[in-house]
Amino acid sequence: MGGYVCRRLISAIGVMAVVGVFIFLLLRLVPGDAAAMMAGNNATPQEVAGIREQLGLNEPLTVQFVQWALGILSGNLGSSIFAGLPVLTLVSQRIEPTISLSILTMIVSVTGGICFGIFAAWRAGGFVDRMLTAFSAVGYSVPVFVVGYFLTYCFSLGTRWLPVQGYVSIGQGLAPWFVHLVLPTVALSLSYIAFIARITRASMLEVLSEDYMRTAAAKGASTYAMLFHYALKNAAAPILTVIGLSFAYLIGGVVITETVFNLPGIGRLVVDAINNRDYPVIQGVLILVSGLYVLINLAVDLAYRLVDPRIRY
Amino acid sequence: MVFTGGGVLALVIVMALFAPMYVRDPMNMDPFKTLQPPSAAMWFGTDNLGRDVFARTVFGARLSLTVGLMVVASTALSGLLIGVIAGYHRGFDSIIMRVMDGLMSIPTILLAMALVSLAGSGLSILIVAITIPQIPSTARLVRSVVLSVRERPYVEAALCGGARAPKVLWRHILPNTIPALMVQSANICASAILTEAGLSFLGAGVSPEIPSLGNMISSSRLYLGLAPLTVFAPGVWLAVTVLAVNLLGDGLRDLFDPRLKRRR
Repeated sequence: MGGYVCRRLISAIGVMAVVGVFIFLLLRLVPGDAAAMMAGNNATPQEVAGIREQLGLNEPLTVQFVQWALGILSGNLGSSIFAGLPVLTLVSQRIEPTISLSILTMIVSVTGGICFGIFAAWRAGGFVDRMLTAFSAVGYSVPVFVVGYFLTYCFSLGTRWLPVQGYVSIGQGLAPWFVHLVLPTVALSLSYIAFIARITRASMLEVLSEDYMRTAAAKGASTYAMLFHYALKNAAAPILTVIGLSFAYLIGGVVITETVFNLPGIGRLVVDAINNRDYPVIQGVLILVSGLYVLINLAVDLAYRLVDPRIRY
Repeated sequence: MVFTGGGVLALVIVMALFAPMYVRDPMNMDPFKTLQPPSAAMWFGTDNLGRDVFARTVFGARLSLTVGLMVVASTALSGLLIGVIAGYHRGFDSIIMRVMDGLMSIPTILLAMALVSLAGSGLSILIVAITIPQIPSTARLVRSVVLSVRERPYVEAALCGGARAPKVLWRHILPNTIPALMVQSANICASAILTEAGLSFLGAGVSPEIPSLGNMISSSRLYLGLAPLTVFAPGVWLAVTVLAVNLLGDGLRDLFDPRLKRRR
């Protein structure tokens, strides 16, 4: 186990190094002068030169990379050209809506997806199962902004049950915070529920046809015990993998959902940074988010052993 | 599923292909006829600048489909090349796969947005930006097929018979990757169309006056309450197109791998 954790950690560090090199090269190799792009159309050559100096674009490529990498390792992701603040400060100002939305979405889609998948597998070919097929076809095909505006139209503009958009900090009360997050969470969860439910169903179906499930049924185990105690535990590994993977898609979904519902989160930060061509912010957030993704998948890999003690590394 | 998906997709493609022949100019603005309800002349009404929403939707679908097909072609080619090299050549395998792992951990839409913002908006840049994040999963898929196929007796026999590696790859290994690649292509196409719409929605796609399903929704969202069709027409069109592509992909998978069909 110890050896496996070490090897897995080393490979995660390797992946992060690749991510770092890639994101770094992105700025330098893309056609067009990044400094001129950032300065805008009306900039004087002096201003462009100033930005180039500020970004350190006049140094040799290797020197730039080493400086940048050392900065990241010491926790310095650079500073925004536009706001003048360090990227980490900007991120920490905007993290609350994003974390709230991501956690709520994960809770809703994991519980919803697993329950939906279990019932579909339990009565394969039945009503719930066919519902799942239809639901996942829709969940995979309708983009989150279309769902979002549809929900807004029905529940905010039509019935006025829920606020149209905006965010209220959790510090100002749990109820207003929750009310503002209901529609974004539902809109974003749909495709993840479909995704997780499909995998849960396939994984459960495989386990349900095992000999030991028949044995459990023969000795009179209750349906609940069979599904949740015996089957779900054995079917857990692929489900966990999917949950880890769906985190990567979640980030993209969060960016769009925050735009639809006007939540002042990381997604808005990136979109604004991209519109202002504030490259240090784009670069910093990309590194942070990719790092988080690598960490979560590392955690998922290590969690396999917790759900399935038969797995030996 | 193949027929439903293929049929709907064919209809969407035909409508998009012949768009200039039967709809009005999607760029034409009429300041006196903004946010009109649907009428016989303008089936989906007009948007906030008085442009024909139906014409823009059909032209937007044209762009979506172009992007989808171009991304499929470029992803399939590069994924095939990288996957075959990684699968056949043990030496490159671990390096290539680590690079692919790294690329996979950068969120698709953020990566594409960053590329577009730096390289400037344009159709070819958009296609490259959507293709790059798609490559790792395709390369992985091709590699896994190559890894299993190259151990088969007929590959060994061909090598023993004196065939050179390129010929073995071309004649015996490549054809085996085609079924998996076709199913994957449908997935790529669907996700490319969705990514393009997402990018345009966020303002990182083609320039705003060119109709795209994403930027139509983005520019009409303030009028959701007044003229819901300006948002829902492109939205539903987009969803139906993606649904058709997905159904076609599912159908193809059942066709190539009947074992899966029984289980589902």
